[in-house]
Amino acid sequence: MAAATERACGTSPLLPHAWRVAEAWRETGDVVTLALEPAAGDGACDWQPGQFNMLYAFGVGEVPISVSGGTSRRLLHTIREVGPVTRALGALAPGSIVGLRGPFGTAWPLREARGRDLVIAAGGIGLAPLRALIDTVCRERDAFGQVAVLYGTRSPADQLYGPDLDRWRRAGLQVEMTVDHADVDWRGPVGVVTSLVRRVRSDGQRTTAFLCGPEIMMRFMARELEQAGVADSHVWVSLERNMQCATGHCGHCQLGPVFVCADGPVFAWQHVRRLLTVRAL
Amino acid sequence: MTVPSLLTTADLDRLIRMLADGGYTCVGPALRDGAIVYDEIGGVADLPAGWTDVQDAGRYRLERRGDGALFGYNVGAHSWKKYLFPPAEQLWRIPRATDTIRPLTPPQHPVRHAFIGVRGCDLAAIGIQGRVFGHGEHGDGRYAARRDAAFVVAVNCTMAGGTCFCTSMGTGPAAGPGYDLALTELVDADRHGFVVDAGSERGAALLERLACPAAGDAEIADARARVDETAGRMGRTLATDGLREVLLRQLDSPHWDEVGERCLACANCTLVCPTCFCSSVEDVSDLDGSHAERWRRWDSCFNPGFSHIHGGEVRNSTGARYRQWLTHKLATWHDQFGTSGCVGCGRCVTWCPVGIDLTAEAARLREREDSA
Ligand SMILES: Cc1cc2nc3c(=O)[nH]c(=O)nc-3n(C[C@H](O)[C@H](O)[C@H](O)COP(=O)(O)OP(=O)(O)OC[C@H]3O[C@@H](n4cnc5c(N)ncnc54)[C@H](O)[C@@H]3O)c2cc1C
Ligand code: SF4
Ligand code: SF4
Ligand code: FES
Repeated sequence: MAAATERACGTSPLLPHAWRVAEAWRETGDVVTLALEPAAGDGACDWQPGQFNMLYAFGVGEVPISVSGGTSRRLLHTIREVGPVTRALGALAPGSIVGLRGPFGTAWPLREARGRDLVIAAGGIGLAPLRALIDTVCRERDAFGQVAVLYGTRSPADQLYGPDLDRWRRAGLQVEMTVDHADVDWRGPVGVVTSLVRRVRSDGQRTTAFLCGPEIMMRFMARELEQAGVADSHVWVSLERNMQCATGHCGHCQLGPVFVCADGPVFAWQHVRRLLTVRAL
Repeated sequence: MTVPSLLTTADLDRLIRMLADGGYTCVGPALRDGAIVYDEIGGVADLPAGWTDVQDAGRYRLERRGDGALFGYNVGAHSWKKYLFPPAEQLWRIPRATDTIRPLTPPQHPVRHAFIGVRGCDLAAIGIQGRVFGHGEHGDGRYAARRDAAFVVAVNCTMAGGTCFCTSMGTGPAAGPGYDLALTELVDADRHGFVVDAGSERGAALLERLACPAAGDAEIADARARVDETAGRMGRTLATDGLREVLLRQLDSPHWDEVGERCLACANCTLVCPTCFCSSVEDVSDLDGSHAERWRRWDSCFNPGFSHIHGGEVRNSTGARYRQWLTHKLATWHDQFGTSGCVGCGRCVTWCPVGIDLTAEAARLREREDSA
């Protein structure tokens, strides 16, 4: 086995490296953000928005989780607790050790979108893989035209990153939110996130879109954007499949010819739209 | 090019023993519980002399040949993949609450295998798995290490089995590049020998140490003729021209659900297939929780949990899983690795308990398209 520090986050891509939970906080009833720092002094992870790490909870298992923010030595991961591994990760107290492999996969192609209008649309936990992208856009606000963030959740209580949403508005982004089910305090629109597209002020011809959420949401969103004149080569989606190796060798994440872990998770819509219209591929 | 040698059965026995003396663990065909499998062998006496196999969709039976041929059968349920890509392998083991996760046990020295009796289809499959595990930014070096350490004695087939179609896939019956030595068995009433050809320097060196006579022109021609004849005797054929495109146009065909009605989703086809590479990891910890370890095991796209994500299985029907298998082997493998994922060994046809035959299913999908 090769010596340490060859890779950003470790030696062998199959061997998890120890990172310590520096902070953990609850975003919503079932979503936790972990801030991770390398347990050994020289650890680092040079990630880009859209990429993910494999997070290992001791003795329980390992799952793919996108980097939602931070730096190469302080990684933020926002985790929705849906099963054994994500629950074990969500229960970790500061000081705990997690195993980490990564970063893996493709990043959002933000550089190619410079000078263009942006539509960034998320459903539910799908905002996590987009958050670092939106932060980058805010830092380089002048490099882009109109920027709209469209965000749909089941209920107002499921909305992530409240303070960030305000910050993005102050940075000059158009932030639109919708919920499936309103509560008494909700004053915004009710309905699916696709219904927000008509509020967007940007020009379809000049627009690049980044989408992350349930597959059905991304399909409808891509269709809506197409009708608004956005070319499918300028629509990008992040896909989810079962992942075990993250290196393109275990076969679990295959979607037709594609290994989602290595060829994705971020894809141009034109490359995957046909595959996603085949039922149960 | 060295001149092929002519070996007797006793010479072949010496060859196996020389490999063993050189530190190789010799594995080859052996008779176990009514089937020919691959297992450790010590010499020629361990080979299934005088036996042959009769294969058809869902059927495998051994019979006596009436001669003493050592390689007078085709491939069985086992393939060499079990040695190069072990069915279960520990990836690491770590103590709890450590700051530096490192493997406790240093990686073991890989066993150096000598494979005795690798058929053309299987040699092609080894090459394909080499590409699979080597591909991408993070290639899995363990496969290459085991493969490079292995000494390959190939056998050119002089008979074709009932489910064989290597001719269609361009992988046999003559073994292609990648062997150290390749032998063609000549067995008649009055003689029994092997024309042996070296394909590598270490193969040539071994042949030289064996010091056998050079094969004569007549023997070389005879060996070639037997292999050439075999090419025309395949039990199955698969029309490969444009097949990838045909299958990719048929992703929505009702045919998949029709096969799904017959398919038991037992995963036999993927386990016997010499190119299937899918695996799962299993994370376990000691009873006292002081250590955790991760194991990698063969898995199959036919297993229900294989495509599980939160909310359900992506491939939620047997038809969808069969479509993944067939289109991966014969279509999308080309996109991923620049080659077919099928070498025409026929194992999946023979070992399917209900006799589903991928050559027949591919042909039917083609017909459906033509008649549509
Ligand atoms: C590239 C990528 C990025 C992701 N980023 C995030 C993120 O930032 N935040 C977040 O909360 N979730 C994210 N997910 C989803 C997350 O990986 C799953 O929710 C998680 O695997 C569920 O595991 P579990 O054991 O808790 O639940 P179970 O549903 O019981 O899962 C059992 C096993 O199935 C597999 N599995 C289950 N669901 C998924 C899934 N959706 N995707 C892949 N494998 C799955 C895993 O191997 C898991 O161990 C991402 C998924 C992918 C593929
Ligand atoms: S698909 Fe069937 S015939 Fe082709 S290599 Fe695999 S087991 Fe052999
Ligand atoms: S056919 Fe199935 S088990 Fe075999 S390599 Fe393809 S996905 Fe894996
Ligand atoms: S996760 Fe193993 S091949 Fe993609």
